[in-house]
This record gives sequence, structure tokens and C-alpha cells, in this order.
Amino acid sequence: MSPAYYLYLSAILFTVGAAGFLLRRNAVVVFMCVELMLNAVNLTLVTFARINGTLDGQIIAFFVMVVAAAEVVVGLAIIVTIFRTRQSASVDDVNLLKY
Amino acid sequence: MTTKDVVFGALGLLACCSGVLVVTARNVIHAALWLVVTLGALAACYLLLTADFVAWVQVLIYAGAIVVLLLFAAMLTRAPVGPGQDLDSGNRPAAALVAGGVGVTLVTLLVQAFRSAYVDLDRVAGTGAGRPIGDALFRSYVLPFEIASVLLLAALVGAIVLTRPEIGRR
Repeated sequence: MSPAYYLYLSAILFTVGAAGFLLRRNAVVVFMCVELMLNAVNLTLVTFARINGTLDGQIIAFFVMVVAAAEVVVGLAIIVTIFRTRQSASVDDVNLLKY
Repeated sequence: MTTKDVVFGALGLLACCSGVLVVTARNVIHAALWLVVTLGALAACYLLLTADFVAWVQVLIYAGAIVVLLLFAAMLTRAPVGPGQDLDSGNRPAAALVAGGVGVTLVTLLVQAFRSAYVDLDRVAGTGAGRPIGDALFRSYVLPFEIASVLLLAALVGAIVLTRPEIGRR
């Protein structure tokens, strides 16, 4: 079995997530793209664990999932708070730090 | 070409197509549902890599909890659910340039590094069933595990404080 194809798949998924992160305007969709990138990295970690025959990569993938869950909770709370004050979920409308 | 390779090819195609649909969908709810398909395909890839426990945690945490949270956020922010809303930002060429650069860099790096990598399928070490994962987690990784639990608690409290502005004003 050649594990390289799993790594190519994760590279493609990471690229798709990065493109969406830069391209989309809705904050919730931007979050989905972040999740896509985190999942691509998780796939590389699990593949490395398989290549090396150890469990370390899988454990690190667990911790990435925990951090992703915490990040989603706090991030969505921030998005909802911003929506309350500015009546918009668009990342282009959050521009008070500009200039 | 073995059965595993064929299954992986189908799953990879599914993950890539649904990932592209997450990015291109005009409707936020559709994007979230395509994200479920992507995460499910990735969970099946974990199963192919013999990481059983990671695969089921992926289904529970990502496809179960995180997508539901995203749908709640889409609902609470009254996301535009009709087609034709201005979901795309204006910097499309720059975004395509950066993402294409990232993709070319990653793929060439991985091709150079792992072209000859090979996994002996008969070697059983490192399977991701529940028992070895639990052994490793509670022997070598106890401290990060405890820190992760504190992190989750802090995130929970932080989310409650952030979304309840009336706390402290009474």
C-alpha cells in the first residue's frame, strides 16, 4: 500500500479549504473552510502514524480535534456577538481595526 | 491494484468533490451539509488507515457536534439561505493565486518526500483500536489530556460569557 496518495488527498483538501477561507465572505462558511483545513492536517497525521507503525500521530489527531472543538465554540460565540452588534455575519463588515 | 486502493480512490474523489462544493455552494446550509459528506469520507479514509477509534471520534465530534454547531450559528446569524447572495469576497484572483501556490507547494513537497514510502500491510503494530489508544493516552499523554480538558472547560465558560451580554450589568 502506498500512503502517498493519502498525503496528496490531504494536500488537495487543504488547498480547497485555503481557497475557501480567502474567498468566502460569510463568517460561518469561513469557519467551515477552517474545519476543512484542520481535517486535511488530521489526515496527514494519521497517515504518518500508519507509515511509522506507531500511535503518536493518531493521538495528536485527537488533540487537534479537541482544539478544533474549543475553537469552534469560541469562534461561533464571537460571530454571534458580532452579529448582534453589527447586524451582519460578513467578514468584510468587521472593519473597525482598519486604518 | 487492490480493493483498498479502489475504495480509497472513490473516497478521495468524494472528499475532493464535496470539499469543492463546500467552498462553492451559494447556500450556507448546503455548504454545511456538504461538509458532513467530506468529513464522512475522511472518516472512511481513517478506517482504511486502520485508525478505527479516530474514525468513530471523527463521526461523533465532527459530523455530529461541530456541524450541528455550525448550523446553529448559521441560523442565529440569519445567514442568507437563498441563492445569489453576495457570499464571495472581491479578491477572487488573489485568493486563487494564494491557494494555487499553497497547493503546488504542498503537492510538490509531498511528491518529493514520500514518493517511495511504502507500508507493509502485514505489520500489525500501530493499529488504532480503542485499547491501544487508551493505553497510550493514559500513560504517555496524560498531561496533554488533562490540559485539553481544562481547555474545553475554558472554551465553554468563554462561550457562555461571550453570548450573554447581560451578565455583570445588573
